[in-house]
Amino acid sequence: MSKINITVEINGQKKSAEVEGRMLLVHFIRESAGLTGTHVGCDSTNCGACAVLLDGRAVKSCTVLAAQANGRKVVTVESLSDGGKLHPIQSAFLERHGLQCGYCTPGMLMSAYWLLSRNPSPTEEEIRKGIAGNLCRCTGYQGIVDSVKLAAERMKEAK
Amino acid sequence: MTPASFDYLSPASLEEALGLLKEHGDDAKILAGGQSLIPLMKLRFTSFPYVIDVSRIKELKYIRKEGRKLTIGALTTTAELEESGEVRDEFQIIHDACSNIADPLVRNMGTVGGNLSHGDPGNDLPAVMIALKARFNLQSASGKRSVSAGDYYKDTFTTDASPEEMLVSVEIEIPDGRFGAAYVKHKRRAGDFSVAGVAVAFSLDGSGRLGSAGVGLTSLGPTPLRSAGAEKALEGSKPDGEGVKKAVEAARADSNPSSDFYGSREYKLFVLGKIMEKCVAEAAGRAQKEGSA
Ligand SMILES: Cc1cc2nc3c(=O)[nH]c(=O)nc-3n(C[C@H](O)[C@H](O)[C@H](O)COP(=O)(O)OP(=O)(O)OC[C@H]3O[C@@H](n4cnc5c(N)ncnc54)[C@H](O)[C@@H]3O)c2cc1C
Ligand code: FES
Ligand code: FES
Repeated sequence: MSKINITVEINGQKKSAEVEGRMLLVHFIRESAGLTGTHVGCDSTNCGACAVLLDGRAVKSCTVLAAQANGRKVVTVESLSDGGKLHPIQSAFLERHGLQCGYCTPGMLMSAYWLLSRNPSPTEEEIRKGIAGNLCRCTGYQGIVDSVKLAAERMKEAK
Repeated sequence: MTPASFDYLSPASLEEALGLLKEHGDDAKILAGGQSLIPLMKLRFTSFPYVIDVSRIKELKYIRKEGRKLTIGALTTTAELEESGEVRDEFQIIHDACSNIADPLVRNMGTVGGNLSHGDPGNDLPAVMIALKARFNLQSASGKRSVSAGDYYKDTFTTDASPEEMLVSVEIEIPDGRFGAAYVKHKRRAGDFSVAGVAVAFSLDGSGRLGSAGVGLTSLGPTPLRSAGAEKALEGSKPDGEGVKKAVEAARADSNPSSDFYGSREYKLFVLGKIMEKCVAEAAGRAQKEGSA
């Protein structure tokens, strides 16, 4: 089977590699680009721990081929903080118990980030619908919903 | 989990894609959003020597509304369809279904063409297209043809499209006058496939009786189903009358669900009755508002 050359812009930096057609985007991100913030949870399109933005939309990177991302832009959880400074969504998760074990967190953060980029003032229902593709086995979700609400308020104030 | 090896092909135009499908025939598989295909390939339920990623074909990504006619390009994502204001306002039944497909992350990748062509009886859009009596436009290197949504589904994961053909667009035309349509899906958890789903579309005459009706069913048999029996029972009846009870009985007779972890056969048939009543009432409410589906 022939390999293909792909170039994906990850967090603003172009990453090129020769890959097999069957390579999954999450493996390209973790292994070729060395960005291990994106997690593999279920590996079966159910949990959303692997969520990243592809051309601005949140997707499950365990269910996208690296080749599908060729020539496109990917944004991962590593892009959120600015040097040592946490993104308002991250600090809200810290303050409002948006995480416990942290396994789901990278995906939750990316879904929340995508939701707030489209809808800066979501209602509780909109938040719950927005994170419907992300499973958390620890928090019972309330802490996550509260975190997203707090992040939304702070991000609006900062504007 | 990783799929078995394959050669990845990425045509930039429809013409190029159809050429590749002709060249590789049975050895090739169309990849659109990959949200049904990639999970199956990762589990090694299926594998192909060639995978043709059609998602870069821009000419098949569009939503076009002209009067009461809606044409949707096959590579439009279910998220784009869900977000369309025109679809939400005037083809609410499609919005009902899209906002209930899987979860936002899956909808950002999954396409209308893939949802309709996977042939999974649990997919939500087929029943809606059956109820709306949509036309599916297919194209291959040798020509074009169109089939009605109700004739597209042959068996589980098997449609009328040959390996050389691609679904390129879907056309829906709703009749003049009062017309209402709705889709009701009963699911156990957020993001899940349905226990059962019902799509109903009909026109309403001056005396408040149903005219021509369309009924599609999800998760109630080996394929997405059309219930011709329920359509007949609804026609000429009032949306809150005996006709609806008869339609439920007819839809049950046209269904053949199997017991699985979504529920027993009996439970699914019970749910069918409840959601069908709700669906007819919802569609009737919408029919009062002229010109929306
Ligand atoms: C966790 C999860 C939950 C889901 N829940 C639901 C749900 O509740 N309701 C629902 O409806 N769906 C659900 N899905 C399926 C999802 O909607 C898929 O996106 C959809 O079934 C397939 O669309 P796709 O573009 O991803 O197609 P792909 O996965 O790329 O392809 C699916 C099949 O269709 C064929 N195909 C694709 N495009 C065309 C075309 N234009 N012409 C001919 N053949 C084509 C492919 O060859 C393949 O056989 C779920 C998926 C997941 C992973
Ligand atoms: S790891 Fe991708 S959805 Fe769970
Ligand atoms: S914090 Fe443990 S899974 Fe969400």
